Amino acid sequence: MRLRRSKGGRGKLEFADAGVNGEPLLVVEDLHTSFRTGRGTVHAVDGVSLTVGRGQTLGIVGESGSGKTVLARSIMGLLPAQDVIKSGTVHFAGHELTAMTPEELRQVWGAELSMIFQDPMTALNPVKRIGRQITETLRLHLNMDRSEADATAVELLRSVGIPSPEVRVRWYPFQLSGGMRQRVMIAIALACAPRLVMADEPTTGLDVTVQAQILDLLRELQRERHMAVILVTHDLGVVATRADDIVVMYAGRIVEQAPAHTLFNDTHMPYTRALMDSIPRLADPSGMRLHAIAGRPPDLIHPPKGCRFSPRCPYVRDKCRESEPPLRTAGSRDHLFACWFPLVNGVPTAPSGRVEARPAPVSPAPRPVPDSFADAVPPDRAPPGDAAVNPEAGVQSP
Amino acid sequence: MAKYLLRRFIQLVVVSFIISVLAFLLVHLLPGDPTAVILGPNDTPQNKAILLHQLGLNKPLWNQYTIWLTAVFHGNLGQSYLNRESVTHILATGFPIDLELIIISQVIAFAVAIPLALVTSRRPNRPVDNVATTGTFGMLALPPFVIAPILVAVFAVGLHWFPATGYVPFSQNPASNIHGMILPSLAITAGSIAVYYRLLRSDLISTLQEDFITMARSKGLSSRFIMWRHAFRPSTFSLLAGAGVNIGALIAGTFIVEYLFAINGLGYSLVAAVNQRDYLVVQGISLVVAIAYVVIQFFIDFLFTVVDPRVTRG
Repeated sequence: MRLRRSKGGRGKLEFADAGVNGEPLLVVEDLHTSFRTGRGTVHAVDGVSLTVGRGQTLGIVGESGSGKTVLARSIMGLLPAQDVIKSGTVHFAGHELTAMTPEELRQVWGAELSMIFQDPMTALNPVKRIGRQITETLRLHLNMDRSEADATAVELLRSVGIPSPEVRVRWYPFQLSGGMRQRVMIAIALACAPRLVMADEPTTGLDVTVQAQILDLLRELQRERHMAVILVTHDLGVVATRADDIVVMYAGRIVEQAPAHTLFNDTHMPYTRALMDSIPRLADPSGMRLHAIAGRPPDLIHPPKGCRFSPRCPYVRDKCRESEPPLRTAGSRDHLFACWFPLVNGVPTAPSGRVEARPAPVSPAPRPVPDSFADAVPPDRAPPGDAAVNPEAGVQSP
Repeated sequence: MAKYLLRRFIQLVVVSFIISVLAFLLVHLLPGDPTAVILGPNDTPQNKAILLHQLGLNKPLWNQYTIWLTAVFHGNLGQSYLNRESVTHILATGFPIDLELIIISQVIAFAVAIPLALVTSRRPNRPVDNVATTGTFGMLALPPFVIAPILVAVFAVGLHWFPATGYVPFSQNPASNIHGMILPSLAITAGSIAVYYRLLRSDLISTLQEDFITMARSKGLSSRFIMWRHAFRPSTFSLLAGAGVNIGALIAGTFIVEYLFAINGLGYSLVAAVNQRDYLVVQGISLVVAIAYVVIQFFIDFLFTVVDPRVTRG
């Protein structure tokens, strides 16, 4: 049992030890988050359900504006109270976060559930020494005294690969490089050995060469400490080899959800496919145009009727514009997708009148990202118009 | 840090030098011949030459300046034409009064403005914030000469809590000294509260939007801890700069309040000296006020380094 906060015993929360009852660590059910704005209500998260097992990694992927950051903060309960409408439940380690008082949430934050922010320059307090920014959590949640906390901070900095940590603890964030600052951020997030870490675009602000180092460090520490990680990113390439499960979000909703290898091997949702195509490949000839997804994410105040991706979907049909596809399963129970005409082997299950609108991929080479799955990706991605596949083939109606 | 402060200190010395030259020239730029005034009916060319020699006024200007400056460093700023009182003595009695008024009024101003801003900035444009913001706007609109009579009418004449006028030196009776200084300080403090509150509130509101505040919340820290330990310090730049200017303006700038409460501070002496063309008194007070202003700015520059380490190392 990890019992770790005293504060006079008032409203003390106890957490069951890992894996006692075999329940997932985090269960999110039908989470909705909307913001009241001058223009209307923005439905940033619209009915999201997901689970994360102990020690597992969940990748949440989507474009900017798809609601992934709001989802991460909604799960934590970190959004401001003003002008936010929330519904749905979040269960974490046997406690319902959505039913907690702010006091109780504060006992969970930083101790059992912590967050790594995107930009380590703005997320670290510029006028506080980094050591102090680590020790304040240690002292709050673990009731350490000053010298004990100082010593632990040095060890934490060492564990995230910061050289001469006993000197660096006295430094200010502006004296460190971007990669070092993100290491400090990880040290802060992991200080109290949380069960779950939310990493919101943890490497977006960093140099590409540093990105991999930080992600590898995070994975290493995750294995060492057996903690779960939610990795929020716009880059499918980042989560491809690092996540157990992947959730693809579009316009506040989950559009496809599957174990990582299933998602890459057997993509059903055209949006997911488009995200994969937008990853530049080393095999591409130099000077080739990047595959951008045409159009922009929809207005979340007035989301489009029918499938929210329909205005940008290369395979759109009338049905897509009229009614919204539910999140359903196909062959395997753990692969969910929201599409009326899902792709099968990279090919839509029904011909579409707008096929020409989509630039055909120049290179039919397999996806480079998940090496182990590469051979499972169909090498011949025939032009979608040629596919004479039964619309419902391989798909079970919900 | 040391390098930054050294640079600021050199600036302080240079500015003080310029101030001393200007204060010195102040008397020379004025029209009129001092020998004519002193000699009166005995104003013959011969007497005049002797007097010029005695007074050293026939020496080159730079030489007169160095002689004057040496005297200043020895604490001799000359004496009043009117009553032969030494300027140093006028400063020695007036300056502590200004200092006391400033200290009491500023302590009250910070003690009110800082907690108020910390409370209201968390929920901007909510009822509490609106009341405080409107209230301070009113304080800003009320000049000391309106507030002072109201304070006197209510707390001195009406309730008899404080004396209406008069000054008791601190060395004579500390308790009644402070007792007598409360109303004048309150008359000055209203404007300062309004300025400090507004500067700090707007900086706090923008600081609270920063990622590091969300980060601090995600660590489970309490709102109180976040406000004081994370948000306050990075939000004090405008407050410090504003306080520097404001306090500087209060040195010898509290004439109206001193007049209303019959306290002979520097401001009172300065205005009286100007009216009576008592130039050496004007010169002495101007010099001290200007130097005090520069010293305050130096101190504010030092506080910037305490508030934000990036000032000296970035």
